[in-house]
Amino acid sequence: MFYRENGQFKTSYRADQQIFPIAQDRWVILTFIAFAFIGVPLLVDEYMFRAILIPFLILALAALGVNILVGYCGQISLGSGAFMAVGAYMAYNTYIRIDGMPLIVALLSGGFFATLVGIFFGIPSLRVKGLYLAVATLAAQFFCDWAFLRIGWFTNNTSSGSVSVSNLAVLGWTIDTPLEKYLFCLGFLVVFALLAKNLVRSAIGREWMAIRDMDVAASVIGIRPMYAKLSAFAVSSFIIGVAGGLWGFVHLGSWEPAAFSIDRSFQLLFMVIIGGMGSIMGSFFGAAFIVVLPIFLNQFLPALGALVGVEISTAAISHTEFMVFGALIVWFLIVEPHGLAKLWSIAKQKLRLWPFPH
Amino acid sequence: MKLRNLVLSVSIACAGVSAALVAPSAMAQAKEQFFPVLVYRTGAYAPNGVPFANGYVDYLKLVNERGGINGVKVSFEECETGYATDRGVECYERLKGKNGGATVFQPLSTGITFALTEKAPGDKIPLITAGYGRSESADGGVFKWNFPLSGTYWVAADTLIQHIAKKEGGSDKLKGKKIALVYHDSPFGKEPIPLLQERAAMHGFTLSLLPVTHPGVEQKATWLQIRQNRPDYVLNWGWGVMNSTALKEAQATGYPREKMYGVWWAGAEPDVKDVGAGAKGYNAIMMQHGAEPEAAVAKEILTKIHGKGQGTGPKEEVGQVLYMRGLQAAMLAVEGVRAAQDRYGKGKVMTGEQARWGYENLNLTQAKLDALGFKGVMRPISTSCQDHMGASWARVHTWNGSKFEWTSDWLQGDEQIIRPMVKAAADKYAAEKKLTRRTGADCQS
Repeated sequence: MFYRENGQFKTSYRADQQIFPIAQDRWVILTFIAFAFIGVPLLVDEYMFRAILIPFLILALAALGVNILVGYCGQISLGSGAFMAVGAYMAYNTYIRIDGMPLIVALLSGGFFATLVGIFFGIPSLRVKGLYLAVATLAAQFFCDWAFLRIGWFTNNTSSGSVSVSNLAVLGWTIDTPLEKYLFCLGFLVVFALLAKNLVRSAIGREWMAIRDMDVAASVIGIRPMYAKLSAFAVSSFIIGVAGGLWGFVHLGSWEPAAFSIDRSFQLLFMVIIGGMGSIMGSFFGAAFIVVLPIFLNQFLPALGALVGVEISTAAISHTEFMVFGALIVWFLIVEPHGLAKLWSIAKQKLRLWPFPH
Repeated sequence: MKLRNLVLSVSIACAGVSAALVAPSAMAQAKEQFFPVLVYRTGAYAPNGVPFANGYVDYLKLVNERGGINGVKVSFEECETGYATDRGVECYERLKGKNGGATVFQPLSTGITFALTEKAPGDKIPLITAGYGRSESADGGVFKWNFPLSGTYWVAADTLIQHIAKKEGGSDKLKGKKIALVYHDSPFGKEPIPLLQERAAMHGFTLSLLPVTHPGVEQKATWLQIRQNRPDYVLNWGWGVMNSTALKEAQATGYPREKMYGVWWAGAEPDVKDVGAGAKGYNAIMMQHGAEPEAAVAKEILTKIHGKGQGTGPKEEVGQVLYMRGLQAAMLAVEGVRAAQDRYGKGKVMTGEQARWGYENLNLTQAKLDALGFKGVMRPISTSCQDHMGASWARVHTWNGSKFEWTSDWLQGDEQIIRPMVKAAADKYAAEKKLTRRTGADCQS
């Protein structure tokens, strides 16, 4: 009942080509965005901003990038952490080396350099597929780890190899408080999510999906695999690079290559798998699951222990957290292998018929 | 369907329960000095992180047994970082406002220290990095909220070279010698490099840098290089499993352990225990203390805390190197608050900002240390507005196959070398951040 679309007629091409053709979707998304911009700042405290929401937004952005590559184009990559690192370090370099560099331009330039690196490491995808490609993209991870640890230029020759930025400002708006940081990241995420959503509906997005589903058939109907694959690498690593820049600039403020280690690559890949491959919405669900759940468990388990009168030690909590987290991942993948986004669409289907299911 | 319903209802119930539990516990605490404890009891560095955490917590318990800080009881809460920077930042955010506000943070990881250095001034919470952290933060003129109390990696590197020079019979004998630095490839491991390079240029020894990637079990290539080059000394800047691996590799390579020197994080029982006799002769520079099972404070903890079954961790650990380091770190945190109370009112709970004043005006004389049970464990520490380090005493101890023994006199970092480097690095940081040095008036505040 809530989700019935009968009566919604599209009488023009414009109406037919909207991002969200169903009115309910439009309203829900608009409400969500309005809530995120206005409601959330009124409701949550500093801890939520700094420790949960900001990392969630940034990693959701990165997951979006990974989803374009892995979910839409079917090119499995384990180099996402490296592209984040490229984004962060190159944004840092343009930011400190060019006087009066605007923050947003610096972050985008990080994305630009990540694009170049992404395309370069995407070249093997023209020959190798699937698991083999995943292994080939690992090279990006190892190479970037090495480069940012060893080449002094990238870190402005700091003795410890750790770099930091501060005094972030956009056109006179200083980004200082957690709320401002949150809004800044949210702005990036909303813009990029809309762009990505549009991109995957367009001709190029269809090419990616055709390549994912069967590359031989796609090339028979006139899709150029090289162009499609490399453009997916380019777009995806641009978004990941910007997310890397935000992670370094906004979330950590000071970072070292370990912040973008192989663990980060795996984390991003898990977000896409758990959230839902080939779904923009899935990137958000995946990021929420992977970022929030361990922190939630970490705080919830001691409270649960206290309820039954058991004091659990820090180590035990940490171990339990890993076990529960792992078990939940396995459970999710068994119950819903298409990810959390599939649950979302099932919910929509049910609401369409509610309260009279057949 | 049933399973899904069950899971759904359980998770809703969980969310409700946790919301109900979290809310009152934040309200109940009052009039207690809150010390957040960032630890890692899991992960690759856990063997070294656990004794430190136990020592830290036991000392806080002991403070309460002794009647608190001028009557103010101490409360604390642990948060597991797993040595990961982003988890450390999360812990910081979680604990900084709890129970009336955090007094001080001790991140226990160079990476987390770097990230928190950016955040602490905004939150007005001091950071103690006792024996680690960024070396230039010893300059209080720029780093108002950082306190690398009792030593930095530059002090460690400097005292090590002094010790080696003494062993060789004078610093002029270092000319032409080869010294290799085997280091953990992270900010922690890279910290000593500028100072060693400075010393290498001064004395004319060659320094070769041999990085080892996290967590440090891959060292075959490194030790192949050592076998080829045969350096006169190997400095080991390792942490956790890296140290015992280095010792095993040294044994396999046939490199004399007597010529190996660890930093103070590379010279504790967990590092050498597994290697046993293979580690005999291995040295490590120690910031102030070493293994001190005979110290008065260790005995007091055994009777007052472990004796009542309140102890954290095994009894045998009390007095071991890392346990003592945790103990000392907690002691410094508590004594800063005591110093702050002298100014802002005895028996009151200090805010982070007030505690900062205490850390900046710390004056731990030998008499005070002896009274606290640290007789023979450490030497006096006194800080000031400009000097946030307070002391740079160090000694070398050597593993004799079953325990550590002191093998050098007290050494002190050479101010002539370290001070200009600290100032230059701090100025560079200030320029990058567009900070101005603190004025005399700011020092009084």
